Amino acid sequence: MTEAVPSYLSPTGQEIVFLLLGAVAVGAGLLVVTTRQLVHAALWLVVCFGAMAGCYLVLTAEFVAWVQVLIYVGAVVVLLLFGIMLTRAPIGRSADLDSGNKTVAAIVAVATAAVLVTVVIDGFRTAYTPLDPGTGAAKELGSTIFRNWVLPFEALSVLLLAALIGAIVISRTDIRGRN
Amino acid sequence: MDEYFGSYAVVVALFAIGVVIFAGALFGNRMLRPNRPTPEKLTTYECGIDPVGDGWAQSQVRYYVFTYLYVVFAVDAVFLFPWATVFAAPGFGMTTLVEMFVFLGFIALGILYAWRKRVLAWT
Repeated sequence: MTEAVPSYLSPTGQEIVFLLLGAVAVGAGLLVVTTRQLVHAALWLVVCFGAMAGCYLVLTAEFVAWVQVLIYVGAVVVLLLFGIMLTRAPIGRSADLDSGNKTVAAIVAVATAAVLVTVVIDGFRTAYTPLDPGTGAAKELGSTIFRNWVLPFEALSVLLLAALIGAIVISRTDIRGRN
Repeated sequence: MDEYFGSYAVVVALFAIGVVIFAGALFGNRMLRPNRPTPEKLTTYECGIDPVGDGWAQSQVRYYVFTYLYVVFAVDAVFLFPWATVFAAPGFGMTTLVEMFVFLGFIALGILYAWRKRVLAWT
Protein backbone atom coordinates (compact mmCIF):
# COMPACT_ATOMS: atom_id res chain seq x y z
CA MET A 1 0.00 0.00 0.00
CA THR A 2 2.64 2.50 0.97
CA GLU A 3 5.38 3.62 -1.30
CA ALA A 4 8.30 5.97 -1.13
CA VAL A 5 7.10 9.52 -0.63
CA PRO A 6 7.75 11.77 -3.61
CA SER A 7 8.97 15.28 -2.88
CA TYR A 8 6.39 17.81 -1.74
CA LEU A 9 8.23 20.53 -3.60
CA SER A 10 7.23 19.33 -7.05
CA PRO A 11 3.48 18.68 -6.82
CA THR A 12 1.81 16.91 -9.70
CA GLY A 13 -1.12 18.41 -11.57
CA GLN A 14 -3.56 16.21 -9.67
CA GLU A 15 -2.24 17.37 -6.31
CA ILE A 16 -2.63 21.01 -7.32
CA VAL A 17 -6.19 20.39 -8.56
CA PHE A 18 -6.99 18.57 -5.32
CA LEU A 19 -5.69 21.45 -3.21
CA LEU A 20 -7.61 24.01 -5.26
CA LEU A 21 -10.82 21.99 -4.95
CA GLY A 22 -10.25 21.74 -1.20
CA ALA A 23 -9.89 25.52 -1.01
CA VAL A 24 -13.15 25.91 -2.96
CA ALA A 25 -14.91 23.49 -0.60
CA VAL A 26 -13.71 25.27 2.55
CA GLY A 27 -14.49 28.73 1.12
CA ALA A 28 -17.98 27.70 0.03
CA GLY A 29 -18.52 26.07 3.43
CA LEU A 30 -17.62 29.33 5.17
CA LEU A 31 -20.00 31.24 2.90
CA VAL A 32 -22.79 28.78 3.80
CA VAL A 33 -22.62 29.86 7.44
CA THR A 34 -21.90 33.55 6.88
CA THR A 35 -24.29 34.53 4.08
CA ARG A 36 -27.28 36.67 5.00
CA GLN A 37 -29.65 34.90 2.63
CA LEU A 38 -30.88 31.44 3.51
CA VAL A 39 -31.42 30.34 -0.08
CA HIS A 40 -27.90 31.45 -0.96
CA ALA A 41 -26.62 29.29 1.91
CA ALA A 42 -28.26 26.25 0.29
CA LEU A 43 -26.77 27.18 -3.09
CA TRP A 44 -23.29 27.64 -1.62
CA LEU A 45 -23.73 24.18 -0.17
CA VAL A 46 -24.09 22.96 -3.77
CA VAL A 47 -20.69 24.49 -4.58
CA CYS A 48 -19.17 22.93 -1.46
CA PHE A 49 -20.55 19.45 -2.26
CA GLY A 50 -19.54 19.84 -5.90
CA ALA A 51 -15.95 20.67 -4.93
CA MET A 52 -15.91 17.62 -2.65
CA ALA A 53 -17.17 15.47 -5.54
CA GLY A 54 -14.27 16.85 -7.56
CA CYS A 55 -11.88 15.86 -4.77
CA TYR A 56 -13.24 12.31 -4.84
CA LEU A 57 -12.79 12.22 -8.61
CA VAL A 58 -9.16 13.30 -8.32
CA LEU A 59 -8.66 10.53 -5.74
CA THR A 60 -10.07 8.11 -8.39
CA ALA A 61 -13.10 7.34 -6.20
CA GLU A 62 -15.36 7.65 -9.22
CA PHE A 63 -18.46 5.99 -7.86
CA VAL A 64 -18.44 7.92 -4.58
CA ALA A 65 -17.98 11.14 -6.55
CA TRP A 66 -21.07 10.56 -8.67
CA VAL A 67 -23.04 9.41 -5.64
CA GLN A 68 -22.03 12.69 -4.02
CA VAL A 69 -23.41 14.56 -7.02
CA LEU A 70 -26.61 12.53 -7.20
CA ILE A 71 -27.46 12.32 -3.49
CA TYR A 72 -25.95 15.43 -1.94
CA VAL A 73 -26.02 17.97 -4.77
CA GLY A 74 -29.29 16.56 -6.05
CA ALA A 75 -31.46 15.15 -3.31
CA VAL A 76 -30.17 16.62 -0.04
CA VAL A 77 -29.99 20.21 -1.30
CA VAL A 78 -33.50 19.89 -2.75
CA LEU A 79 -34.62 18.65 0.66
CA LEU A 80 -32.95 21.64 2.37
CA LEU A 81 -34.44 24.13 -0.08
CA PHE A 82 -37.82 22.56 0.50
CA GLY A 83 -37.32 22.89 4.23
CA ILE A 84 -36.60 26.60 3.76
CA MET A 85 -39.67 27.00 1.57
CA LEU A 86 -41.80 25.34 4.23
CA THR A 87 -40.63 27.44 7.13
CA ARG A 88 -39.75 30.92 5.95
CA ALA A 89 -41.85 33.10 3.71
CA PRO A 90 -41.27 35.62 2.35
CA ILE A 91 -37.59 35.04 1.91
CA GLY A 92 -34.75 37.48 1.42
CA ARG A 93 -31.97 39.23 3.26
CA SER A 94 -32.43 38.64 6.96
CA ALA A 95 -30.42 40.13 9.81
CA ASP A 96 -31.46 37.65 12.48
CA LEU A 97 -29.69 34.60 11.08
CA ASP A 98 -26.90 34.73 13.64
CA SER A 99 -27.47 32.63 16.71
CA GLY A 100 -26.38 33.69 20.18
CA ASN A 101 -24.27 30.53 20.30
CA LYS A 102 -22.09 31.75 17.44
CA THR A 103 -18.83 31.81 19.43
CA VAL A 104 -19.45 28.44 21.08
CA ALA A 105 -20.37 26.94 17.72
CA ALA A 106 -17.19 28.30 16.15
CA ILE A 107 -15.10 26.85 18.99
CA VAL A 108 -16.80 23.45 18.63
CA ALA A 109 -16.26 23.52 14.85
CA VAL A 110 -12.58 24.38 15.18
CA ALA A 111 -12.10 21.74 17.89
CA THR A 112 -13.81 19.08 15.74
CA ALA A 113 -11.65 20.00 12.77
CA ALA A 114 -8.54 19.86 14.99
CA VAL A 115 -9.48 16.39 16.27
CA LEU A 116 -10.07 15.07 12.74
CA VAL A 117 -6.87 16.58 11.35
CA THR A 118 -4.85 15.26 14.30
CA VAL A 119 -6.27 11.75 13.93
CA VAL A 120 -5.63 11.67 10.19
CA ILE A 121 -2.10 13.02 10.50
CA ASP A 122 -1.29 10.76 13.44
CA GLY A 123 -2.79 7.74 11.73
CA PHE A 124 -1.11 8.09 8.36
CA ARG A 125 1.96 10.29 8.90
CA THR A 126 3.89 10.09 5.67
CA ALA A 127 2.08 7.02 4.32
CA TYR A 128 1.75 7.37 0.58
CA THR A 129 -0.53 5.35 -1.62
CA PRO A 130 -0.43 5.60 -5.40
CA LEU A 131 -3.78 6.35 -7.03
CA ASP A 132 -5.03 3.34 -8.92
CA PRO A 133 -7.90 4.03 -11.32
CA GLY A 134 -10.58 1.37 -11.18
CA THR A 135 -10.42 0.66 -7.46
CA GLY A 136 -13.15 3.24 -6.87
CA ALA A 137 -15.45 1.95 -9.60
CA ALA A 138 -18.93 0.57 -9.00
CA LYS A 139 -17.79 -3.01 -9.49
CA GLU A 140 -15.19 -2.95 -6.70
CA LEU A 141 -17.62 -1.25 -4.32
CA GLY A 142 -20.36 -3.70 -5.25
CA SER A 143 -18.21 -6.72 -4.47
CA THR A 144 -17.17 -5.18 -1.13
CA ILE A 145 -20.75 -4.31 -0.15
CA PHE A 146 -22.20 -7.67 -1.09
CA ARG A 147 -19.30 -9.69 0.36
CA ASN A 148 -18.55 -7.90 3.64
CA TRP A 149 -21.13 -5.22 4.36
CA VAL A 150 -24.49 -6.84 3.65
CA LEU A 151 -25.91 -6.24 7.13
CA PRO A 152 -25.31 -2.45 7.17
CA PHE A 153 -26.74 -2.38 3.64
CA GLU A 154 -29.94 -4.09 4.78
CA ALA A 155 -30.08 -1.95 7.93
CA LEU A 156 -29.98 1.09 5.64
CA SER A 157 -33.24 0.00 4.01
CA VAL A 158 -34.90 -0.17 7.44
CA LEU A 159 -33.52 3.30 8.24
CA LEU A 160 -34.91 4.69 4.98
CA LEU A 161 -38.27 3.04 5.69
CA ALA A 162 -38.40 4.52 9.20
CA ALA A 163 -37.50 7.98 7.93
CA LEU A 164 -40.06 7.79 5.12
CA ILE A 165 -42.87 6.72 7.46
CA GLY A 166 -41.79 9.38 9.96
CA ALA A 167 -41.92 12.07 7.27
CA ILE A 168 -45.39 10.92 6.22
CA VAL A 169 -46.72 10.86 9.79
CA ILE A 170 -45.31 14.30 10.61
CA SER A 171 -46.44 15.97 7.40
CA ARG A 172 -49.97 14.59 7.51
CA THR A 173 -52.05 16.13 10.25
CA ASP A 174 -54.87 13.69 9.68
CA ILE A 175 -52.81 10.64 10.69
CA ARG A 176 -53.05 10.36 14.46
CA GLY A 177 -51.83 7.88 17.01
CA ARG A 178 -54.21 5.66 18.90
CA ASN A 179 -55.73 7.47 21.84
CA MET B 1 -3.57 6.60 -14.53
CA ASP B 2 -3.21 9.08 -17.38
CA GLU B 3 -6.03 7.30 -19.12
CA TYR B 4 -8.32 7.94 -16.15
CA PHE B 5 -7.55 11.65 -15.96
CA GLY B 6 -7.56 11.87 -19.75
CA SER B 7 -11.11 10.55 -19.87
CA TYR B 8 -12.21 13.12 -17.28
CA ALA B 9 -10.34 15.82 -19.17
CA VAL B 10 -12.65 14.99 -22.10
CA VAL B 11 -15.65 15.41 -19.75
CA VAL B 12 -14.33 18.79 -18.57
CA ALA B 13 -13.66 19.86 -22.18
CA LEU B 14 -17.21 18.90 -23.23
CA PHE B 15 -18.61 20.78 -20.24
CA ALA B 16 -16.55 23.84 -21.15
CA ILE B 17 -17.77 23.68 -24.76
CA GLY B 18 -21.34 23.47 -23.49
CA VAL B 19 -20.85 26.52 -21.28
CA VAL B 20 -19.27 28.46 -24.18
CA ILE B 21 -22.14 27.64 -26.54
CA PHE B 22 -24.75 28.57 -23.93
CA ALA B 23 -23.03 31.78 -22.83
CA GLY B 24 -22.20 32.66 -26.45
CA ALA B 25 -25.84 32.34 -27.50
CA LEU B 26 -27.01 34.56 -24.65
CA PHE B 27 -24.19 37.07 -25.23
CA GLY B 28 -24.83 37.20 -28.99
CA ASN B 29 -28.49 37.75 -28.27
CA ARG B 30 -27.68 40.60 -25.89
CA MET B 31 -25.40 42.22 -28.48
CA LEU B 32 -27.97 42.04 -31.28
CA ARG B 33 -31.23 42.85 -29.55
CA PRO B 34 -32.61 46.35 -28.95
CA ASN B 35 -32.90 47.29 -25.28
CA ARG B 36 -35.78 49.58 -24.30
CA PRO B 37 -36.97 48.61 -20.83
CA THR B 38 -40.19 50.01 -19.40
CA PRO B 39 -41.58 49.28 -15.92
CA GLU B 40 -44.31 47.13 -17.51
CA LYS B 41 -41.77 45.06 -19.40
CA LEU B 42 -39.71 44.52 -16.25
CA THR B 43 -42.53 43.04 -14.18
CA THR B 44 -42.51 39.29 -13.69
CA TYR B 45 -44.31 37.44 -16.44
CA GLU B 46 -47.16 35.50 -14.90
CA CYS B 47 -49.19 34.09 -17.80
CA GLY B 48 -50.01 37.60 -19.03
CA ILE B 49 -51.78 38.61 -15.81
CA ASP B 50 -50.37 41.22 -13.41
CA PRO B 51 -48.35 39.37 -10.77
CA VAL B 52 -49.98 38.94 -7.38
CA GLY B 53 -48.06 38.87 -4.10
CA ASP B 54 -44.40 38.05 -3.58
CA GLY B 55 -42.22 35.76 -5.63
CA TRP B 56 -41.85 33.45 -2.68
CA ALA B 57 -44.81 31.59 -1.27
CA GLN B 58 -44.73 29.29 1.71
CA SER B 59 -45.40 25.77 0.52
CA GLN B 60 -47.53 23.14 2.19
CA VAL B 61 -45.81 20.57 4.35
CA ARG B 62 -47.53 17.70 2.56
CA TYR B 63 -45.36 18.23 -0.53
CA TYR B 64 -42.30 17.51 1.60
CA VAL B 65 -43.13 13.82 1.33
CA PHE B 66 -42.66 13.95 -2.44
CA THR B 67 -39.21 15.45 -1.96
CA TYR B 68 -38.42 12.84 0.61
CA LEU B 69 -39.62 10.05 -1.68
CA TYR B 70 -37.17 11.39 -4.25
CA VAL B 71 -34.32 11.18 -1.72
CA VAL B 72 -35.26 7.62 -0.79
CA PHE B 73 -35.32 6.54 -4.41
CA ALA B 74 -32.06 8.30 -5.19
CA VAL B 75 -30.36 6.37 -2.36
CA ASP B 76 -32.09 3.23 -3.55
CA ALA B 77 -30.90 3.70 -7.15
CA VAL B 78 -27.35 4.39 -6.02
CA PHE B 79 -27.12 0.92 -4.51
CA LEU B 80 -28.54 -0.69 -7.64
CA PHE B 81 -25.46 0.31 -9.66
CA PRO B 82 -22.80 -1.61 -7.69
CA TRP B 83 -25.24 -4.47 -7.29
CA ALA B 84 -25.91 -4.66 -11.03
CA THR B 85 -22.19 -4.97 -11.77
CA VAL B 86 -21.60 -7.91 -9.43
CA PHE B 87 -24.73 -10.01 -8.94
CA ALA B 88 -24.08 -12.15 -12.01
CA ALA B 89 -20.35 -12.51 -11.27
CA PRO B 90 -19.04 -15.86 -10.03
CA GLY B 91 -19.15 -16.12 -6.24
CA PHE B 92 -22.28 -14.01 -5.77
CA GLY B 93 -25.35 -15.54 -7.39
CA MET B 94 -28.69 -16.14 -5.70
CA THR B 95 -27.81 -14.75 -2.26
CA THR B 96 -26.87 -11.35 -3.67
CA LEU B 97 -30.03 -11.31 -5.77
CA VAL B 98 -32.17 -12.05 -2.70
CA GLU B 99 -30.30 -9.46 -0.59
CA MET B 100 -31.14 -6.71 -3.04
CA PHE B 101 -34.78 -7.74 -3.17
CA VAL B 102 -34.95 -7.71 0.64
CA PHE B 103 -33.59 -4.14 0.48
CA LEU B 104 -36.11 -3.17 -2.17
CA GLY B 105 -38.85 -4.94 -0.22
CA PHE B 106 -38.29 -2.79 2.85
CA ILE B 107 -38.45 0.38 0.78
CA ALA B 108 -41.51 -0.93 -1.05
CA LEU B 109 -43.18 -1.22 2.37
CA GLY B 110 -42.70 2.54 2.74
CA ILE B 111 -44.30 3.16 -0.65
CA LEU B 112 -47.14 0.83 0.30
CA TYR B 113 -47.65 2.81 3.51
CA ALA B 114 -47.62 6.10 1.60
CA TRP B 115 -50.11 4.71 -0.89
CA ARG B 116 -52.41 3.34 1.82
CA LYS B 117 -52.37 6.68 3.65
CA ARG B 118 -53.30 8.39 0.37
CA VAL B 119 -50.13 10.50 0.39
CA LEU B 120 -49.59 9.86 -3.29
CA ALA B 121 -53.03 11.22 -4.23
CA TRP B 122 -52.70 14.75 -5.54
CA THR B 123 -55.81 16.24 -3.93
